[in-house]
This record gives sequence, C-alpha cells and structure tokens, in this order.
Amino acid sequence: MSELIARNEPLNLLWLQSGGCGGCTLSLLNADCRNLFDTLAGMGINLLWHPSLSEQSADEARNIFEACASGATRLDMLCLEGAVLKGPNGSGGFHRTAQGESMMSLIDRLSRVARHTIAVGSCAAFGGVTAGGMNPADACGLQYDDDTQGGLLGEDYRAQAGLPVVNIAGCPIHPNWVIETLSALAAGEINAGALDGFQRPRLYADHLVHHGCTRNEYYEFKASALKPSDLGCMMEHMGCKGTQVHADCNIRLWNGEGSCTRGGYACIACTEPGFEEPGHAFAVTPKIAGIPIGLPTDMPKAWFVALASLSKSATPKRVKENAVSDHQVIRPVIKRTRLK
Amino acid sequence: MSRRIIGPFNRVEGDLEVTLEIESGVVSAAYVNSPMYRGFEQILTGKYPLDALVYVPRICGICSVAQSAAAAQAIAQSMGIQPPRNGVLTANLTLAAENLADHLSHFYLFFMPDFARDGYRDRTWFAAAQSRFKSVTGSATADVLPVRAKFMNVMGYLAGRWPHTLAVQPGGSSRPLEEAERLRLKILLAEFRVFLERTLFGDRLESVAALNSEASLYAWMESRTDSADFPRFLNIACDLELQNMGRATDRFMSYGAYANGTESLFKSGLWHEGGLQALDVSVIREDVSRSWMAGGVALAPEQGRTEPQLEKEGAYSWCKAPRLAGQVVETGALARQMVDGHPLVRDFVARHGASVMARVVARMLEFALVLPAMESWLHQIQPGAAFCLPATEIEDACGVGLIEAARGSLGHWIDVQNGKIHNYQIIAPTTWNFSPRDGEGEPGALEQALVGLPAEVNSDAAPLAVQHVIRSFDPCMVCTVH
Repeated sequence: MSELIARNEPLNLLWLQSGGCGGCTLSLLNADCRNLFDTLAGMGINLLWHPSLSEQSADEARNIFEACASGATRLDMLCLEGAVLKGPNGSGGFHRTAQGESMMSLIDRLSRVARHTIAVGSCAAFGGVTAGGMNPADACGLQYDDDTQGGLLGEDYRAQAGLPVVNIAGCPIHPNWVIETLSALAAGEINAGALDGFQRPRLYADHLVHHGCTRNEYYEFKASALKPSDLGCMMEHMGCKGTQVHADCNIRLWNGEGSCTRGGYACIACTEPGFEEPGHAFAVTPKIAGIPIGLPTDMPKAWFVALASLSKSATPKRVKENAVSDHQVIRPVIKRTRLK
Repeated sequence: MSRRIIGPFNRVEGDLEVTLEIESGVVSAAYVNSPMYRGFEQILTGKYPLDALVYVPRICGICSVAQSAAAAQAIAQSMGIQPPRNGVLTANLTLAAENLADHLSHFYLFFMPDFARDGYRDRTWFAAAQSRFKSVTGSATADVLPVRAKFMNVMGYLAGRWPHTLAVQPGGSSRPLEEAERLRLKILLAEFRVFLERTLFGDRLESVAALNSEASLYAWMESRTDSADFPRFLNIACDLELQNMGRATDRFMSYGAYANGTESLFKSGLWHEGGLQALDVSVIREDVSRSWMAGGVALAPEQGRTEPQLEKEGAYSWCKAPRLAGQVVETGALARQMVDGHPLVRDFVARHGASVMARVVARMLEFALVLPAMESWLHQIQPGAAFCLPATEIEDACGVGLIEAARGSLGHWIDVQNGKIHNYQIIAPTTWNFSPRDGEGEPGALEQALVGLPAEVNSDAAPLAVQHVIRSFDPCMVCTVH
C-alpha cells in the first residue's frame, strides 16, 4: 500500500451505510482539522463515494460500486457504517438497494475485493444498538456478532492486504480515531499487532475512559453523584463504566472540551461489544451486597472494597458535599504555605 | 409511460429510493420508498423508561438531540416533572445548536452541490457555482466544515459530545455550566454569527430577520448578488424559477419550538387555506396500507403497532403514512415559519405556494431568528442555580413529547406499564413528508411535490428538478423509518 503512495497513486476509499444512524459520519465531520477532504487528500486518499457527501446519485453511484466489484476500479478501503441487516429470515430484505439486491449481499461482494475493510462504529463492528432488544432486523457486525467472531464475513475473513476487519468501535466514533486509523492504513503502518482483542485499533483502545476523567478526586474518595448534574463520581450509583471501558475519551476530548463524563452522564461502554444490552438500567450501577459488580479493570475485589471503605471515611467535607451538588458549594482552601 | 427507479438517492441522511412514472418527459406519479428498517420501537419494548434516552438518539446521527429531547419530554410528562429554568434554557440551546448545524450541513453539503452539476453548464452563474458549491472540492465546503466543527464545540460544553448525548434528561440537563463555560459558549456563538453575517448573508442577522415580503427579499438580493452565499442561491433560484417548483399540499404543521416559561420562540399550529388553526394532535393516525407493516385500520400513535411484514400486496415502503385528521401535511422550517407567521414566508407562499425556494428561504431565515434567541438564552442562564431535577419512579404512566427538529415535527409517545416500556411510538418529520400512499390512495407530501416535474429518462443522474425538490425537504431517512 505504501508503494502506491510512493507512486503518487491515490488510494480509493468507498463508504457505505447500512443498519445504523449515520452518526459516525456526522461525528467525523466534527473533526478538528483544516477540513476533512483536504485531510483525506493529504493522506493520499481519494474519496470514491460517500452517501452523504458525494455528488453522484442513483445509477452514477451504482456504477462506482460495480466498477469496484469487477476490479475495474481498485478498492483500497471499504468503510461500512451501520450494522449488516440479515433479516428477515436471512434474506437481507430489511435493507435492499434499488436493484433489489440486499445491502448484505453488496457489502459481502465488495469486502471480497477490498484491500482493507473497516467497520466504522460499533454497529458495523459488533451489531451495536441496531442489535438491541430482540434484534428485530437480525443485525450483526462485519466480522463479529456481539462479542463472538463471525458476523457477515466469518472469523477467517481477511481483506486483500491480509488484515481482518478493522473495528473502529464507538457509538459514535471519535473523528480522530477514524482519521488516524485511515492514515496509518494508507501508510501501511497497521499490522495485526496494532489491533486489540476485538480488532480495535490500539491507538485509542489501549486506554480506559477513566484515564483523564475530571471527576478523579471524587473517584479517589468514592464521593458519589446521586442524580444527573451532580459533580461526584458516577461509578458507584449512576452506572458509569469508565474504569473498565477501552477508549481514550477523556484524553482526547470530544467537540472541543467534552466527553460523556464531562457531560455529566455515565460512560455506557459504547466502544465495547454488547453495550446495547447491559442487563441492567443504563444509569444505575448493578451491585451485590452494596458493592458494584463491575470493578475497575485489573483491580482485585478485596483491595477495592478495603480502599473504598478507607477512602470514604477519609473524604474531605469539600469533596463530600460538592459530590452531590451541581456546583462547587465548598471551594478548595487557599494554602498559605508556599505549597511545599 | 416509462418507469424509473432512482436509488441510492444520496446527499440525504440515510437511505432513499424514489420510483417515477414518466409520461412525455414529465413525472406523472411518484412512489417514495424508505428502504431500510431497523426496529427501534420493537427494541424499546420492555426496557426501563429512562433507557429510552440511550436508544432513541441512536435512531439518527443528524437529529440525535431532537430524538433525545422528544424522549426527555415524553418521559418528563409521564413522571410529572418539569425541569428548572436553567434546564429549560440549556435544552433549548442544545436543540437549537443541532438544528442550526443541520441547516448549515443541508445548505452547503447536501443541497447546493446540485447547482454545480454539469447539467447547468450553460447557465451564466455556472462557473461561479461550480467553484463555490461543487461537492467535496468547492471552496464553500472548505470554508464551512471547520466553521461547523467549531460551532459544534458548543455541544462539548452543553452535552458532553454530539451526536449521542445523555445530557438531555427529563429533569433538565446533566451538564451544569460554570460562569467561565457560559462565557466560552458566548464566544463560540459570536464567532458563528460572524460567519453567518460575512459569508452566508453578507448582512446583519437582524436585517435578514426583518425582511417582510417577497419584494423586500428581491430588493435585498439585488444589492448583494455575488457577495455572499444566500444571495448567490437566490440569484440561481430566480433564474431556475425554483419558486414554482415542488409544491405539495400547502397544509403546514408545526408542534412549536423552544418553549421558555409560558412563551415559545415559534408557536404551534396548522396553517391551511390562508388561516391558522390550533393543532389537535389527537387526530393523528398512522396508516399502514401501503407500508411493509402488518395492521388494518389506521391507529393513533398511543395505540400504534410496529410489526414488519415484507411480503405484502401493494406495499412499497417501510415508512408508515401519518395523517392529521386524514390529511397529508408538510412539516419543516417552511411549515414552522408559516405557522409562526413570519411575514416574508407568509407573503412568499401566498404568491407561489410551497416550493423548493420557499423551503430554503425559510431555513436560512431561521439562522437569523434562532441565533439571536440562543444569545438571549445563554444570557439568562444562572450558574449556581439548579440545572436538573431527579427522575421519579413510575409504574404505569403515559407521556407525549412533541418537538421541532431541523426538518420538522417529531413526536414520541411512551406508554409505561409495570415500570417498563409497554409501547413506544415515534413519528418523525420525514415520516410525514415522505410517507407512502394511504388507504385512500392519497400520496404523501413529496409524492405530490414531484408530480409535473421534467424528467429526462436517459441519463445516469436523477433529473435535476427531482433532486432539488427531494432535497428541499431536507429529508432524514434514518428517522423516517426507525
């Protein structure tokens, strides 16, 4: 692939949407860059077609798909946004093209010729919200069905360049997860070792959402929020899974200075397979004997319980009272000690 | 008669297909198909009421906050709670930010690129339109993407992120603002105002809002033809006579938008035959005669059912056909301004009826009306006062959330039994505008608007007039069928 760039041949990227909401595209447009198209061009990527952004419609678009499928146009990157809809009864009839073919079939045909196949968002990766409840449309991911390998393409699938489906999971994706992954793929800088156990790019999935959380002081003292808008830590009562979820949402922020926890609501694990069916109310932490079931990643339970109990008894009044308020009711004191 | 299927129809949100019947080069009938079904109403059944706040924004990436707001309102009603003043102001700001960002995306990314198509190469304005509005490569795209991204930084403060926030709660907002954040929001709005006044309008927002007739619009346009993007559009629209293209039913519905205390920025109502009536939502029914849905008589949304049935005689869309007292209505920015009574929009429609041009003019006008309102709401926020009330436990209750998304009226109907969602029904703006025929054979609003348009049969591109009319509604197909 890097040879193509050396020869100055742009890499062709085709973007398709199926069983999803289009939110990953809209999030991608939030990218803090000069402008998305220049950024892609700078990476040596030619946007063959995108349903929301390209000029070509109807048969013009269809001709692009078929040129890729036949090999007349080289398909370097196939991005799918949204889940694959297999229903009803395996027909793919819940999403058909104007020619009567199921999207499931079109996606399958194109993924067989693509040099790289990229699942953009948790729906395309694992099924996501579209697979929630009784999964009415029989939705699955490109190479996963929930947390199990398989999906539309099967666990043995490899794109032409040798990688499995690259799962840029998230609901939605952070724009820079996509831009950086495409950039690394274009430069030939991603190998299988750059993906984690769910085939997510480690460039964002090696972190936990907890890393960089502004509620850190409340977490340390287990000073917990009780209702939306409270300033305290949301792990104990409000369903926050940030200490377990793989993503760098509080390190690289969203829409300037935001993130879910900074927005006052729980991390609901949207980068993880199966987040859409947690088995409990999203905004309520499930507990056994008063102890959250979902302990922080890599933390032994006995230590968590001991530390939580100790830190609760040591909580400063300021932290305790601010935790259950929507603004600081007690400010940090000024220490006239020259801060030794 | 020839028949032509146009799909995938792009530069709309989600998937769309339109079948045209063409006689003597003119569209004689149109059939609008929303070709994708996911089943959110089925997914929501059996969930905890507050869990709807996780699922419904994910119906749609472009109307995500609108979906959240409708759910929050429906759940608040079922719980009998009302957000505190800061919560109301924040909710208005969040929804308004999404709606204006959507208007911006629609104008620059979805709608205007069609005037840069080769089919217009003989027009005097073509070279300028191509250099400015061509999709992907036009100079406007390069200008507007960073402006839009920067404006959406308001969501970082108001909602944590966009799309798919959980900050919009029945009790208000989970995101209290500090004074420093209120000031940063003020700066972001000020920067957006500069873009709108310099690049989109070439004039003060207040001057645009004060236009009060078709004549005043043309006089305003004459003085700034190539100075800014909206005047550029008006010039093209006049040349192509877009004021005479794309009329549907001229029956306009709005749920009303941005309540603040007892006042609303835009009032609710139904405009028909030159008069405004109060809106009675109890006469809404969803007909499924031509939808791939099981069911017989048209049902009120409170009793609505969603059972997909792919093999069904005569059906051609996953979309249900909502009707107001049996009538097709149009919804969107044009309807909102007709109902609210903006003199420019009322005068324009009185002369020509609804049209491609009227829909775009109304959308642009909303920049000039809504951004100043946002500035005012932000001014009224009081850091330190409450932003959110806790939700209450409910066992058996119903609620309705009626709000205005960028592209029109969005309704959520929730029925909670034994503490879980028993039924959840959603009617989205484009469900109204792009509905299929109903049991009486009455075509939906777009289906009516397409009839009579010129439609050359032998080209790969969809006929240009057809593209303009479809996109003038700013359709959101992922909302339409959910």
